[in-house]
Amino acid sequence: MRSNAYTLTFTSAVTIVLGLLVSLAATSLKDRQALNEEIDMKRNILRSLHIPEDHSRKMSEQEILDAFDQMITEVHINREGEEDPNGDLILYEKKSGDRIEGYAFPISGKGLWSTIYGYMALEPDGKTVKGITFYKHGETPGLGGEIEKDWFTSNFIGKQIVDAEGHLTSIQVIKGKVDPNRKEAIHQVDGISGATMTGKGVTAFLARDLETYNPFFENIRKGMHP
Amino acid sequence: MSILSRKSQQVLADPLVANNPIAVQILGICSALAVTVKMQTSIVMALSVIFVLTLSNTIISLLRKWIPGRVRIIVQLTVIASLVIIADQILRAYLYDISKQLSVFVGLIITNCILMGRAEAFAMQNPPGQSFLDGLGNGLGYGLILVTVSVFRELLGSGTLMGFHIIPQSMYAAGYENIGLLVLSPGAFIILGLIIWVQRSITKTEEA
Repeated sequence: MRSNAYTLTFTSAVTIVLGLLVSLAATSLKDRQALNEEIDMKRNILRSLHIPEDHSRKMSEQEILDAFDQMITEVHINREGEEDPNGDLILYEKKSGDRIEGYAFPISGKGLWSTIYGYMALEPDGKTVKGITFYKHGETPGLGGEIEKDWFTSNFIGKQIVDAEGHLTSIQVIKGKVDPNRKEAIHQVDGISGATMTGKGVTAFLARDLETYNPFFENIRKGMHP
Repeated sequence: MSILSRKSQQVLADPLVANNPIAVQILGICSALAVTVKMQTSIVMALSVIFVLTLSNTIISLLRKWIPGRVRIIVQLTVIASLVIIADQILRAYLYDISKQLSVFVGLIITNCILMGRAEAFAMQNPPGQSFLDGLGNGLGYGLILVTVSVFRELLGSGTLMGFHIIPQSMYAAGYENIGLLVLSPGAFIILGLIIWVQRSITKTEEA
């Protein structure tokens, strides 16, 4: 049996050496990891705004950074829907020259197993969905995990977030297929079979996040923004 | 003449089939279920385990004469945990997309019984060279099962391999459907059970 002093010295030495190695790895790779996260975020904002046009093409890291710098402006807005540098809501505007071509904003909420993160983009009219992406989630691969696939997200394109009277009506993920003959079809998208709960989660947090951003888009619909 | 001695060859080859950590010792099942939906994630997970296992076995073997018996498990765990964090950091920096898919399961390598098992059962008693080979052999044995399970799950569950479509569209048109069960954990249990059954009928292994 070794002495307590030996045991203490040995364990301290092991802890210090390994601790140094771990912190060395963490700090030396930090910049690279932060860049990855930034690129991932920008890739998804761009995707929700249809950049690149062909979704199956994967942009290189440099292309993403360049495209984001050239086309996207980040603006802060407040809860009343006004541009405000101290506002707590972030909005990404896609511009071509002075003309605005779309607005993207972050969405997130509970799915079945996990918090789902994504971006939704609206057309300059403030009521038509331009695109949507989901990029971070822990849903079951092949079931709820299908929300990140193009076949699901492309269903959102062209859907309306306001009804005929101009009231906010969020997009619903329904169970099964949308019946295009029904009046509500413009607010509905096809569900994923085997992932009803994930769909319900998406419906719920879309409603909440659209409500949060609605003051801004209401102003746009009234023509108060350029 | 071979590069490795007979004993070394045995240390390396034994865990591949005859004493496979998953199929024979039934260790490391949790991750074998969780990361085998796709082949790509399985391969990266297997490489991470091989990295951690060879290094942890070697380091623990080098320290084996100085590690106080009373705290040996904690020392082993500290070594393993540090290596797992380093592996996770490297994946986040250079294989970001895959590390996102593997999420917590890289971190959970710390609790993978194969690592503690090899440290305690082999590295504490054997020299570094042998321990390195033992780590490599067990890591490969683990990876072999992981990749085999994932080939079945991805091909039959999603119709793809490494993300590429394998099952032709004409078969779907003819009424073929992916087996949804295989993308869920019970599917992995079934595949794993079948692999163990096939292996044991060939090697004639029986529970004592």
